[in-house]
Amino acid sequence: MPARNFLAALGLTATLSACAADRPGDGINDPFEPMNRKVHAFNRGLDKNLVKPLSEGAGGAAEGGAGGKAVEAIGNFGSNLSLPGKAVNHLLQGRPLPATRMTFRFLLNSSLGLAGFLDPAGKDFALPEEDTDFGETLASWGVGEGPYLELPLIGPSTLRDATGRVVDLVIDPLNSRLNRDERLIGFGARVVSKAGDRARFGDSVDSILYESADSYSQTRLIWLQHRRYELGEEGDYIDPYAE
Amino acid sequence: MILMPNETRRGFLGLMAGGLALAALPARALSTDQARALVQKSLDEVYAVINSGQSPAQMYKAFETIFARYADVDIIARSALGPAARQAGAAEFAAYRQAFQGYIGRKYGKRFREFIGSKIEVTGARQVKSFYAVTSVAYLNGRSPMEVEWHVSDKSGQSRYFNIIIEGVNMLASERAEIGAMLARRGGDLAGLTADLQKAG
Repeated sequence: MPARNFLAALGLTATLSACAADRPGDGINDPFEPMNRKVHAFNRGLDKNLVKPLSEGAGGAAEGGAGGKAVEAIGNFGSNLSLPGKAVNHLLQGRPLPATRMTFRFLLNSSLGLAGFLDPAGKDFALPEEDTDFGETLASWGVGEGPYLELPLIGPSTLRDATGRVVDLVIDPLNSRLNRDERLIGFGARVVSKAGDRARFGDSVDSILYESADSYSQTRLIWLQHRRYELGEEGDYIDPYAE
Repeated sequence: MILMPNETRRGFLGLMAGGLALAALPARALSTDQARALVQKSLDEVYAVINSGQSPAQMYKAFETIFARYADVDIIARSALGPAARQAGAAEFAAYRQAFQGYIGRKYGKRFREFIGSKIEVTGARQVKSFYAVTSVAYLNGRSPMEVEWHVSDKSGQSRYFNIIIEGVNMLASERAEIGAMLARRGGDLAGLTADLQKAG
């Protein structure tokens, strides 16, 4: 099954490359803005009524308490499970060294790190997580960013990154080895880890979502800038003196 | 000149050439160092305020003063306002600029708690087109190190920074979007925007 899915993903990729004409003058390509704004309103409501109150519960503890340690351990467990997928993506981007490092990190943390709850690979072996995903793989293959999307529950993305997320589910080597319950546990761990992030970056998120005049456009701008920075796709410098 | 003894004339020319070379050659290196020093000095002052134990309101005022001393507030405010800046009268713009400065002091100052116990190391500086980019790394509690870049220009007559870019996120671009949205909410009325800015942040 994975092989056929992978071919389908490649087909989708080819379609994406064909419509890769990107970025107008202001650097924002958002033809689906009306739909995206509706999703944004939904996500914001969800954050306000559910995620923020929950993460504040988790985050009060994040200041070093036992709860904070628990959230961190669950976060470690969740991100450990994502390492094989990252190794695959590093390989697909033609980078065997990070792929090897992520494989070792996974093996070390899964064994010495007690199934990934601890992070001895990062702390004692200088093997920190080197993040990547299939969205980045597509970028390295020259696929354009495509239109901006705000996805329900997930948040800001682009057509390229949304495609990447789907492909990541398919090419994850763990996916075929875990049963349904194990996958559910992994998913739960990643949700807890996200809640931990929401608590840690709470002030930044609050200032964008609840204190800006147009939270949709601030979110879009900040997310796109940061993502392009991660992928080495930043635009030109702003020179206000030359305007 | 013709009557000047040969030795003296040669010495004079040599001095001129030396002076020119001095002026032309190290200017770049000097400015990179200057840009770096400017960022370092403003950071030192910001941390002095954070560690001073003042009340938040006093801190925001102090941050505003530091911002006004080291940043080119005029160009940042103008750029954030966009095309509307060109149509604004001088007094109207000055009022907006003043309100903008206070808004920045409060908006970014509010985040001071995240910087308690942190440090920012200036790591380098390079010339980019007509300005300088000073690079630094911020070590904040419980976060991976963040790359922070400062853009410094002397186009205003003095060395001042006009943009800060944190992990790719650009303060000038972000304020353009924010001020643009605030102005749109007031139907393009600059005085209205100024009144809102006095309360915002």
